Amino acid sequence: MINLKKTSTADMLFRTFNGLFMISFVVITLYPIINTLAISLNDGTDALRGGIYLFPRRFSLKNYITVLQKQNLITGAYITVSRTVLGTLLSVVSNAILAFIVSRKGFLLKKQLSIFWVVTMYVNGGLIPTFLLYKGLGLTNSFGVYVIPGMLSAFNMLVIRTYMNGIPDSLEESAQLDGAGYTTIFLRIIAPLCTPVFATIALFVAVGQWNSWFDAMLFNRMSHDLTTLQYELMKLLSSVTNQSTSIESMKNNSGSVTPTSVRAAATMITMLPIICVYPFLQRYFVTGLTLGGVKE
Amino acid sequence: MFLTNVKNSGNTIQPKFNIPWNDIKRQRILLIWTAIIVIYGVIFYYLPLVGWLTAFEDYKPKDGIFHSSFIGLKKFKMLFSDQTFIRVIRNTLAMGILNLVSTFFMAIVFAILLNEMMFKGYKKLVQTISYLPHFLSWIIVTGILHDALSGSGIINELLVKFNIIDSPINFFAHRVYFWPIVAFANVWKETGWNAIIYLAAITAIDPNLYEAAMIDGAGRWTRIKHVTLPGIRPTIIILLLINVGNILNAGFEIQYLLGNGLIQSVSQTIDIYVLKWGISQGDYALGTAAGIFKSLVSIILIIIVNKIAKHNDQESLF
Repeated sequence: MINLKKTSTADMLFRTFNGLFMISFVVITLYPIINTLAISLNDGTDALRGGIYLFPRRFSLKNYITVLQKQNLITGAYITVSRTVLGTLLSVVSNAILAFIVSRKGFLLKKQLSIFWVVTMYVNGGLIPTFLLYKGLGLTNSFGVYVIPGMLSAFNMLVIRTYMNGIPDSLEESAQLDGAGYTTIFLRIIAPLCTPVFATIALFVAVGQWNSWFDAMLFNRMSHDLTTLQYELMKLLSSVTNQSTSIESMKNNSGSVTPTSVRAAATMITMLPIICVYPFLQRYFVTGLTLGGVKE
Repeated sequence: MFLTNVKNSGNTIQPKFNIPWNDIKRQRILLIWTAIIVIYGVIFYYLPLVGWLTAFEDYKPKDGIFHSSFIGLKKFKMLFSDQTFIRVIRNTLAMGILNLVSTFFMAIVFAILLNEMMFKGYKKLVQTISYLPHFLSWIIVTGILHDALSGSGIINELLVKFNIIDSPINFFAHRVYFWPIVAFANVWKETGWNAIIYLAAITAIDPNLYEAAMIDGAGRWTRIKHVTLPGIRPTIIILLLINVGNILNAGFEIQYLLGNGLIQSVSQTIDIYVLKWGISQGDYALGTAAGIFKSLVSIILIIIVNKIAKHNDQESLF
């Protein structure tokens, strides 16, 4: 243990500074979120006066009720949940299969297949050719555009592969002696051992799916039943920025909600699932990230 | 016949290209999966590269890539005679470099300071909080930024309260504020997340080194300077390499969401330009040309930094 008597003045100073730094770091990180929460729980017209810091001044749930009554936000939430679940599932399974193949010791095309995917990390067609391709494939105005194009990715594959390489070969060899084929080895031996890295990738992909809005804007702009939560939030954001909030609020008949306060409520609803999920998964992704990042 | 020939070859005849039929048979399930995966990869990653041809054509959607007339480098010449595009390159580079420097510096400082904290529980709490913003979308972050920086927002309120300014500033109406806001937003969002890798690297440093340094009378600052920093040096270099290659990718979402007509001369990046000309204006060829330029510069950057790293006998990417 550290001997307290021996701590010098410089050390005390350092500790004080460090403590203050960390406190301000936490405040700067959390405060904007708490502030948004307070605004979302405050009466909208009242919030326009400003001066809401930590707690709502005039408590009201009207913002949330307004949000939950908006049809396009409900559709958006439904599509977002669907794409997150389906996209994550597809992505983890397909990246796991690819990583499994590439990490087999005697596989004939091991090297070629690796290079084939690593190249995609550095060279890509760019926005316009990709747009034209999806249009050509009939992926525009479809749910498929959310889950199919991003199914496999070289980065996720590399993270899983690194983890699989750490599994002792003897496990596979003994299974092979017992007559197990590659499918059995994958399903019965490798996949169960890879749960931590699968959880990591699942979290990455799920957050990416949950947060993405660009594909909705670019490919499904016209299909209102394929909108996503983030895209609806973005439309709310631009409507707030483009119009003067005070004029808008005066036009608003209900009086107690404003575009700003409704957006704050929508922001909180969009943020909630992530805030709930990530503390439980963090021990996985910390290991996963360091493994994939440091060794590759 | 060929098949029997190989099968009978045994140990006596060694054909030059021995097709390992046994392996193929044994690995057929892997090969089937490989075929499916390669088809997928060709369609979604390699086929768009064929689309690069549109940049050299007078591309007409109804004629398609293979029937539009070839016009050579005309679109590229148009691109580089466009003042807007030159400014867009400047913006992309400036914000890319600014973000890189600030997020990089903050992540290292944060990791080192966090590592020096003594109370385990508190340290863990701070770390958990630190990477929360990484998981929030740019839509949410820019929404929060709009609130905080608006006329009645918290920043203006504090600045007025402490008499630093007389009346609220409209931060999104002046060009000078845009780049710093973008850099700050990046630092806010990614510092904790980027620090994970450094913290892992610090944990991997041999504790004996710290003890030895302490016995030699090294204070905290000396220990950081002579043990921690050299210990995470390889990690710093490898991450720097990765990020330099990505410098032109450093701008789309936040600039698109925060930009407005008043400040577009500093907010527009290459990706936004591509979107604007390619999709909104329908000039696919010009958009593709700008995209190609970006890709080429990125690849050249990656190759250069990798060469430098190899030359200095440090870690390298490939």
